[in-house]
Amino acid sequence: MATDSRQKPDNRRGANRSRSLLSDQARSYLGHHRKVARDSIQRMWRTPVASAMTWTVMGVALALPVALLLLLTSLQGVSAGWESTARITAYLAMDLPAEDARGMAAEIESDGRVVSVQLVERDQALADFRASSGLDEALDFLEENPLPHTLLITPEDSARSAEGVQALVTFVENMNGIDQVQVDLGWLQRLNAMTDILARAVWALALLLGAAVILVIGNTVRLAIENRRDEILVAKLVGGTDAFVRRPFLYTGAWFGLGGGLVAWLLIQVSLWWLSGPIERLAGLYRSEFTLQGPGFDGALALIIVAMLLGWLGAWVAVRRHLDDIEPGDIAGG
Amino acid sequence: MIEFRQVTKRYDSDHTALRAVNFHLDRGELAFLTGHSGAGKSTLLKLIMVMERPTAGEVIVGGQKLNSLPRRQIPYIRRHIGVVFQNHQLLFDRTVFDNVAMPLEVMGASPEDTGRRVRAALDKVGLLKKEKMNPMQLSGGEQQRVGIARAVVNKPPVLLADEPTGNLDPELSADIMRLFTQFSQVGVTVLVATHDIALINDMNRRTLTLNQGQLVAGGGVSGH
Ligand SMILES: Nc1ncnc2c1ncn2[C@@H]1O[C@H](COP(=O)(O)OP(=O)(O)O)[C@@H](O)[C@H]1O
Ligand SMILES: [Mg+2]
Repeated sequence: MATDSRQKPDNRRGANRSRSLLSDQARSYLGHHRKVARDSIQRMWRTPVASAMTWTVMGVALALPVALLLLLTSLQGVSAGWESTARITAYLAMDLPAEDARGMAAEIESDGRVVSVQLVERDQALADFRASSGLDEALDFLEENPLPHTLLITPEDSARSAEGVQALVTFVENMNGIDQVQVDLGWLQRLNAMTDILARAVWALALLLGAAVILVIGNTVRLAIENRRDEILVAKLVGGTDAFVRRPFLYTGAWFGLGGGLVAWLLIQVSLWWLSGPIERLAGLYRSEFTLQGPGFDGALALIIVAMLLGWLGAWVAVRRHLDDIEPGDIAGG
Repeated sequence: MIEFRQVTKRYDSDHTALRAVNFHLDRGELAFLTGHSGAGKSTLLKLIMVMERPTAGEVIVGGQKLNSLPRRQIPYIRRHIGVVFQNHQLLFDRTVFDNVAMPLEVMGASPEDTGRRVRAALDKVGLLKKEKMNPMQLSGGEQQRVGIARAVVNKPPVLLADEPTGNLDPELSADIMRLFTQFSQVGVTVLVATHDIALINDMNRRTLTLNQGQLVAGGGVSGH
């Protein structure tokens, strides 16, 4: 009996026969996976409220870190944008004629540490301010233009270190006709440091919530295992392998993950839509290119795959802890 | 087909359920296992099913030494052993057909194969017409026969039964015994644990008798 594990109907036709048997087996193996997958979805539908609650818990736990990550990515995009245009702003003396300002611009531009110099003449500056600030009427009360000519100096990459920029600033400050020099770098570094801290916090949060998701699914699957104890016993009794017995629960975990991932995606999309108006206005005020980036198709796919993996993992933990303990030893009766 | 060599089973340090049990059952042999309650009948069957492992001695089924069998291999051994219990262990969340199909499902049989074999097994126990019913709708005797159909659906070479007639009336018990006899006639080794002495006397078969875990009769070479 130990020689022939499966009752093959007949073995008369040799190789052909065994090849078709193999493909039969592969087909029935896949068929079984399909059946188990379908069956575990149907079980989920049979308790819609409980399932929806699990999905929601999972969705919220996933949406939170993902939303923060998206925010972070958007912020990092902003600072990266600034970094590439990190520049020194030099305000010229109020009474300096435009002619002289142009001369100074040319002089600075010829310095080796400088890529480009843009001169914003005072009239232009006022017009820009008028357009962007919405203070049109207030500006009408001013008798004369309060803004000086401005030089926007973009340093060479090599001069963009803290010391390099400082040297450049000193050089510009010492020129005649300069009123004040400002550098964006200071708060750019601050923003970078902040996003670094934020990034770590978000990843820590993501880790914690990921663990929470695994525990939630683990507990849900543990209950499912308890509910199907008899079935597990019988399956083991008639020769079901561990893999066979585990399979429905692993699928259950993965489906919970899928549901949770979809809920998370939905929450994120709704929040994005809800926030997009105010953020656009805010970014407009700061003349920033800042936009809150959605997860996109790739991101959504990644989110759902990660969610399914977490669900599967949670189920696996529960199965390892509870299912392998169920042995038909005690059902034979005493 | 089934061989016990000096098998001892101790559940905890001082309680010995089986003591140095020796016997050998041939292919196609039908034997009874009897003894008082707590004599060790179920324990003996569980050792064959690898639901328990012996403390000492060797259990050999189909030429395979079960002691050295790794855990992973246990399911494959169980596929060769049909079991019937008093509390028939049917699942009430599925039809009679699906209950009987379980041993085939775990083996990954194709749907056509499953359908054919399940109907053959149900036909054998006379329940072909009830395949779509829920086992809950069946009488005790019918439920027991569903259990038997499930035990034999994949044509195992060994069939074990633990108190299969426990709460059935004598006529139904005789029915069940007739089924077991038929299986043994086609080469299945059948071992039936029961304390129903009347039934054993009717059948006039080899009887292994346990007393306090010791095999006191029927251990020698079979003589039916
Ligand atoms: N899982 C177990 N743990 C501890 N003792 C057990 C266990 N199963 C059975 N026993 C003991 O082993 C002895 C034999 O039990 P069992 O094989 O069930 O006897 P029978 O089936 O003949 O009534 C009994 O004394 C019983 O209490
Ligand atoms: Mg017993």
